[in-house]
Amino acid sequence: MTLDARSSGALRGAAAARLVYRKPDVLVDRATHYCPGCGHGVIHRLLAEVLTDLDLPAHTIAVAPVGCAVFIYDYLDVDFVEAPHGRAPAVATGIRRLRPEAFVLTYQGDGDLAAIGTAEIVHAAARGERITAIFVNNGIYGMTGGQMAPTTLLGQRTTSSPSGRDAGLMGYPIRITEMLAQLPGVTYAARGSVADAGSIGRLKAMIARACRVQIEGGGFAIVEVLSNCPVGWGMTPQESLEHLKGPVVEAYPLGVIVDRSAPSTARPAAAAPTKPEA
Amino acid sequence: METGRRARVLMKGNEAIAEAAIQAGCDAYFGYPITPQAELLEWMARRMPELGRVFVQAESELGAINMALGAAATGARVMVSSSSPGISLMAEAMSYMAGSGTPVVLVNVMRAGPGLGGIGPSQSDYFQATKGHGHGDYRVPVLAPDSIGEAMDLMATAFELAERYRTPVMLVADGILGQAMEPVELRFRTPERQAFDWALTGAAGRPARIIKSIDLDPEVLERRNLALQHKYREIARHETRWEGWRLGDAEFAIVAYGTAARVARSAIARARDNGMKVGLFRPITLWPFPERELARMSRQLHGILTVELSSGQMIEDVRLAVEGRCPVAFHGRMGGLVPTPDEVLGALKALRGRVERTRAASGHSPAAHDRGTPSTNGAGLDAGARPGGRG
Repeated sequence: MTLDARSSGALRGAAAARLVYRKPDVLVDRATHYCPGCGHGVIHRLLAEVLTDLDLPAHTIAVAPVGCAVFIYDYLDVDFVEAPHGRAPAVATGIRRLRPEAFVLTYQGDGDLAAIGTAEIVHAAARGERITAIFVNNGIYGMTGGQMAPTTLLGQRTTSSPSGRDAGLMGYPIRITEMLAQLPGVTYAARGSVADAGSIGRLKAMIARACRVQIEGGGFAIVEVLSNCPVGWGMTPQESLEHLKGPVVEAYPLGVIVDRSAPSTARPAAAAPTKPEA
Repeated sequence: METGRRARVLMKGNEAIAEAAIQAGCDAYFGYPITPQAELLEWMARRMPELGRVFVQAESELGAINMALGAAATGARVMVSSSSPGISLMAEAMSYMAGSGTPVVLVNVMRAGPGLGGIGPSQSDYFQATKGHGHGDYRVPVLAPDSIGEAMDLMATAFELAERYRTPVMLVADGILGQAMEPVELRFRTPERQAFDWALTGAAGRPARIIKSIDLDPEVLERRNLALQHKYREIARHETRWEGWRLGDAEFAIVAYGTAARVARSAIARARDNGMKVGLFRPITLWPFPERELARMSRQLHGILTVELSSGQMIEDVRLAVEGRCPVAFHGRMGGLVPTPDEVLGALKALRGRVERTRAASGHSPAAHDRGTPSTNGAGLDAGARPGGRG
């Protein structure tokens, strides 16, 4: 995938056998500001790998969200504009319409996309904007200190639902990707997770598919990423991953929700992203 | 550059503004329907696709202004238009655009508020335009035409200012300017294109670019703010615009902009017929407000009447400029009503009466006043105050 071994005959042999992973150039070599155990770092890396695999970094114009990932432009070395909270899909629409040749990427959290930015995401999807949207759902407002998000599970304690989310008072979690998938403008919608290596491999294939949809002239493509927030959830990183695999995945089923692109590419293959290709 | 088209046609304000923007090279328009500017959006809906340019009817004013933000970030010439309640929704993004240096032109065809208010003409968004909208220490140049022809000319100016200073720029009209039809000369201007070293085009063969407003380091953020304030001082120094009319021998002046200035001209003509020496001081940029010019003018005046289609908003800037050198009175209507020339004349006479009584009580004769200085008196002021003249 991202290995030079694929393209360089010189690396075959003893040296190649030791090369197990090479960081894509587009991923900036810098310690992140994210908390220990946070999933954003993994998702950034997957994005960097996919962008590199598809030769996209020099053509990419990306939109940064408000939330923990606002500083994504410190880690991905591509052109970035910062959107007001929730407005990334509208900002991306403006870029899309003026730069038909660019690869347009948005990166939003669940408070950003599924609460304050609901109108923008729904209408960008309804218009079938040729945009690839990465939607990181960790069920909480991380940056502001762990408040309840629209995606917070029933019963989950947060700093603004200290007794647990009560459906009678606070409503139900939103499966917004399923809602968006109803719209004919959505070419591809899938949900993956960063819970373990296998999930991460499948997630990478989903992200790659969502990027290819845009390159191939399809409409709106979104990948929801179930991620963790150990600090916001009050768990150790390991506990948070177990929680992710259990109740979170139960509430938000994994898989491709809709794929209106070519049928032959409808199912992403389970790939191990960081291992050399055989 | 002049495009050379010089026909004289009858045009509705909203449509003339839209066409002027198109001729000024507007690449993309984003909007959401609202009265009394819907014709502007409709004109764009028809014309922009005809020209192979971008038109998007957004899901809301929030959507429209953020699309504009994204489009402008790519270096395109971009505009949005709305009316008062819609501009309130655009306030958030205006702050981001000011903070990140994103050039977008906004047209506000003002209607009467507060709240949903009404659709009649109003100037009650002066505070919003010049001191308000979004959060943070920022300013937005505000252009206020008083005729459809001037609005057309100022559309090109708006794009120039936006691109020269990397800032949002607002043009304010009111329901009358938007809805009325006037004969206009089809004289358009297309500002030269600049090469932007900040535009997002994909980082091919160059380092990646970031357009943002966040800086969590207070020292860095203060430096960013200081740079913004420096820019605003430059704008105030070079871009202040106003017009003087019949000010040469004036003892009284009306300060008014937009439609209120049109009414003021009629009132001034009647006052002159009655022997009152009155002129018009018309700010064309509401921010930067022509405060130095008004301050200089006020030294020769016995009194100033501010006329607005509001409860009195610009009058605060008038008073700050005049600094008590002469009385400043107010006349305005609200709710979508426009003062008549006779109402304004009545207010002028009341101001004169007040000034005469004050002066009689303090032993001054209005005829022998000595407030003016030779360098700012007389015809010199009018000559330096051509329409579009810079302060």
